[in-house]
Amino acid sequence: MDTMRERFASVVSRLLDDDPRLAVVLAEIGKDGFTDAARAHPDRVVNVGIREQLLIGVGGGLALTGMRPILHTFASFLVERPFEQVKLDFGHQGVGGVLVSAAGSYDWPAGGYTHMAPGDVALLDTLDGWTVHVPGHPDEAETLLRDAAAAGDDSVYVRLSAHSNSAPRDIAPGGFLTVREGRRGVVIAVGPMLDGVLTAVEGLDVTVLYATTVRPFDERAVRATAGAAAGGVDVVLVEPYLEGTSTAAVNDALADRPHRVLGLGIPRRELRRYGTIDEHLAGQGLDPVGLRERISAFLR
Amino acid sequence: MTFTDVHTGYGYDDLPRLMSLMTGDEKHGPAATSTLDVVWVLYDRVLRVSAEGVDAPGRDRFLLSKGHGPMAYYAVLAAKGFFPESLLAGFGAYDSPLGHHPDRVLVPGVEISSGSLGHGLPLAVGSALGLRARGLSGAAVWVLVGDAELDEGSNHEAIAYAGAVGLERLHAVVVDNGSASHGRPGGIAARFEAAGWSTATVDGRDHEALYEAYTAPHPGRPHVVVARVEAKV
Repeated sequence: MDTMRERFASVVSRLLDDDPRLAVVLAEIGKDGFTDAARAHPDRVVNVGIREQLLIGVGGGLALTGMRPILHTFASFLVERPFEQVKLDFGHQGVGGVLVSAAGSYDWPAGGYTHMAPGDVALLDTLDGWTVHVPGHPDEAETLLRDAAAAGDDSVYVRLSAHSNSAPRDIAPGGFLTVREGRRGVVIAVGPMLDGVLTAVEGLDVTVLYATTVRPFDERAVRATAGAAAGGVDVVLVEPYLEGTSTAAVNDALADRPHRVLGLGIPRRELRRYGTIDEHLAGQGLDPVGLRERISAFLR
Repeated sequence: MTFTDVHTGYGYDDLPRLMSLMTGDEKHGPAATSTLDVVWVLYDRVLRVSAEGVDAPGRDRFLLSKGHGPMAYYAVLAAKGFFPESLLAGFGAYDSPLGHHPDRVLVPGVEISSGSLGHGLPLAVGSALGLRARGLSGAAVWVLVGDAELDEGSNHEAIAYAGAVGLERLHAVVVDNGSASHGRPGGIAARFEAAGWSTATVDGRDHEALYEAYTAPHPGRPHVVVARVEAKV
C-alpha cells in the first residue's frame, strides 16, 4: 500500500492531465512525486524553491487568473509560517484553492517539534469558509483529493498523514460515518485515529462516528446520534491535532440539548520526545490504552 | 457593481481635483501623491485594460501592492471611467466601496485587495504564471510596490524566483520616495538586477521617461522600473 503522500502525487498528476484549470505549486518538498507531471505540464507544475510565503502568494495569483491551484508542503510551512498569506491571498481576495499538507502533528517524531503543526486546523478555524478534510487511509485521501480539486472555487485543506488506519471506510466527503452504535455516549474519531479508538472502546456501549471532513462539521450526524440517547449526551472527540479543536463545533451542534464534551488530541505543551509515531501517540495519551482510560473515566 | 453616472474624458489635469474630493486619510497623503504620475502614465498609455473590459480574461493586470494612500489610484480609476467621481467623496465611509486600503471585491478595476505589505509581488508572480498556463501570453502583469515595502521578505522570495525563471510578462514599478529606514546597498535596481531582472531607474514625475522605461523591451526577463520621487518628509 502506498502512503497518502504518494497517492497525492499519483492522483493529482492524473488530474492535471484531465483538467487544464488545475496547477500544482510546491516549495521543494514533494517535488520528486511530480517529476513526470512537470515534464508533461511545465506551466502547471511550479516549484518555487524554499519560499513558503511565495508558495501561498503564487497560489492566490493563479486563482486570480481563473486557475485552481493545489499547494503542498509540510503543515508547519503551509499553514503556520505563511498564515497571513493564507488569510489575505485567498479569503480576502475572494478566491479559493486547495492546500494539501503532510507531516501534521506527529508524522516524524524523530524530526522534533519544528516539523509538527498540531495547531493547523485550529488556525484555519479563525478564517471563514475553509473545508477541512482529514483522511484516515490513502484510498480516502484519493476520494477527498478528487473532491477538493473539483470543488469549484472553494478553499479546501486536505491534511495527509503517515499515520493510517488498516482499512479504508466507505466515506462520503462532508459527512460523518456511523461505524458502530451504542447508548452510553458518542465518540467521534477523526481520520487516522479511528483504529485506535475502535480498539479503545471495545466492549463499551458507545456510538463511534468517523469524521474525515471536519469543516464544515457534520452537525446533523451529531444531533441525530445524540437524539437517540436518553437525557443528556456525552461526546468524546478524538482528533489527531490540537486537543479541543472541534469542541466548539460539538457545542454548537448540541447547543439546545444537555451534553458534555471531552476533547482529546495533541496537547499544547511540547512533548520534547523523538521516537516513532506509536511511541509519540502513547506519550500523548492517544494510544488505545490511554484513550480507553480517559474515555471510560469521562463516560457516566 | 454597475454605475449610471460614470464619465470618461478626464485628463491628467483633473487628477488633483479628483484627489481633493477624498479626505480623512491625510497621514497617507505623501504616499498617495508619490504614485500619481506613475499610475497615470500606466493607465493612460501602457495598460491594455478598460472599464468595459474590466473582466476580460486577456486584459493586462495592475496590482497595487502598496495599498496605503490609494487616493491617486482611485482618482486615476475614476478618471478612466471605472467608477463615477461621485464615489470619491465617500472615501473611508461605512457605506463607501473606497477604503483607505482597496478591496477588489468592492471596487471595479481593482485587481487585488491590499494594505498589508508584501503580498502584491507574490500575487503578481502567480498571476503571470496563471495567464501563461491559460495561454493568455499577451497579457502583462504590473505590480506597484513602495521602496520601504521591499523590506518585506516575501518580496525577496518573489524577486528571486521571478528572475530565476525569467518571468517575462511580469513587471514591477517601485516608487522610491526614500521611505525605507534601512535602504538597499547599491540601490534598489541592483537588488533586482542581481536576481536577473531587466531594470530601469527614472524620474517618477517625468511622463516621457516613465513611458520609455515602461515600454523598454526585456526579452526573457521580468522588468522593473524604479521611479524616483521627492523624499517623504
